[in-house]
Amino acid sequence: MSLDPPLGIRDEMSRMRAVAWKDLTAERRSKSNLNGVVFLAVMMLVLFGFALGPDAEALRSAAAGVLWLTILFSGVLAFNRSYQLELEGDALETLLLYPGERWPIFLGKLVANLVFVLLVEVVVVPMASVLYNLAVWRALPSLLTVLVLGTIGFVTLGTFYAAMASRVRAREVLLPLLLFPMLVPLLVASVGATMALLSGNAMGDAASWMRGLAAFDAIYLIASTLAFPYVIEV
Amino acid sequence: MATTLDRSADPATGSGLLRIPHEPSWVRLVGIVGVLAFVGAQAVGVLTSPPDRDMGDLQKIMYVHVPAAWNAFIAFLVVALASIGVLVTNDERADLLAAAAAEVGATLTALTLMLGSIWGRPTWGVWWTWDARLTSTAVLLVIFVGYLTLREYAEEPERRMRWSAAVGIIGALNVPIVYMSVRWWRTLHQIQSSPATVDPHYVIGLRANAIAILLLLVFFIARRYHLSRIENALAQRAERRALFGPEIGEDRHAGA
Repeated sequence: MSLDPPLGIRDEMSRMRAVAWKDLTAERRSKSNLNGVVFLAVMMLVLFGFALGPDAEALRSAAAGVLWLTILFSGVLAFNRSYQLELEGDALETLLLYPGERWPIFLGKLVANLVFVLLVEVVVVPMASVLYNLAVWRALPSLLTVLVLGTIGFVTLGTFYAAMASRVRAREVLLPLLLFPMLVPLLVASVGATMALLSGNAMGDAASWMRGLAAFDAIYLIASTLAFPYVIEV
Repeated sequence: MATTLDRSADPATGSGLLRIPHEPSWVRLVGIVGVLAFVGAQAVGVLTSPPDRDMGDLQKIMYVHVPAAWNAFIAFLVVALASIGVLVTNDERADLLAAAAAEVGATLTALTLMLGSIWGRPTWGVWWTWDARLTSTAVLLVIFVGYLTLREYAEEPERRMRWSAAVGIIGALNVPIVYMSVRWWRTLHQIQSSPATVDPHYVIGLRANAIAILLLLVFFIARRYHLSRIENALAQRAERRALFGPEIGEDRHAGA
């Protein structure tokens, strides 16, 4: 679209890093959002515990589902904000006016949101292992892989849908309404893999769930990166 | 687009009267034939098949339940294809077609779930079970309710068109993934067995209903589509009238 000569892949990658760095810097300087979301997530773990009752065995068997719901429900608060900061300063227009493609903007925001949600998990996962008495050490590398794979898919769709939801009146309602039904396969696979790993992975189920997660991530990374230019320009 | 004014239809020059699109006559015909076929299909279904050995007459629910599900899938296929059409051609008509198909598809999906629930209560003893098909159908419904909600909230026509096209495509992409994931989830837990295959006695009623509901599907989508086009044209005319006054040759009492 622009009159300037097209930028090379190296330039686009550096634009992507610049967008991610800008978003993370804004977050680091204010910290208000991260602190609030982390606190909310920890509180949810406690509340789920109360809701499920004091039976240690029941808590442990529900832990994988509780952990992932906590991540989804607290992480969803990050995505709208990533665009709202732009909108408040009328910066989105300017961001779109810079020469270059649209996908670096999307991937930059995606990376920033990914770092944000992973930081939340850095607190939430140890907290969950303490509160629900989980044996996370037994399969830590695999568990971290599941967390990263699940979070990539979650953040990809979250960043994509927030590009629309953040710009309408009812953004708090619209984003979860659009996002959560899409995350059903991700939730099923993440919880399946986490549950298998926490219980020793005796059946070897975790690997097939992780392959499923990787496929989900790949499909939606490609689809939403392709669709993003259509939704951001209007 | 409702917001752009066609300069060639400027009343100052008196040319290019804005035309309100008419619904083609085949739509009504399909509707009438569809309703008759639907009534006839129930008669065929009830008369040709004996009561099921286990379920009795309860089995008759299947005649509407199963074809409604098939046709809901057709409707969502139309949403996906029309959405691709929107992004490729930027044509407002593709957007209206997608919206019409999504509304009808969501209604048929809800009908499928409700009938299934009514059937499930006496047969399985529960209104709902976490079976792969039930669950993925419910997720499908929620995805397209989200799609329709987005259309409500996005106010600018250009935005609504592009956004809902993207959401329509990505939502449709999720349908097979949801189905596979939920089936996997079930098989790993091994609870539900699949229902038995259909007896030849029931095939005629099933086919007749599939055709009848397909006709109704075409009728509802076509009527909804033409209705939106008429609504848009009337809004455009009202807007133009507010700016330039009544057009030459326009009937003052007709329309908006």
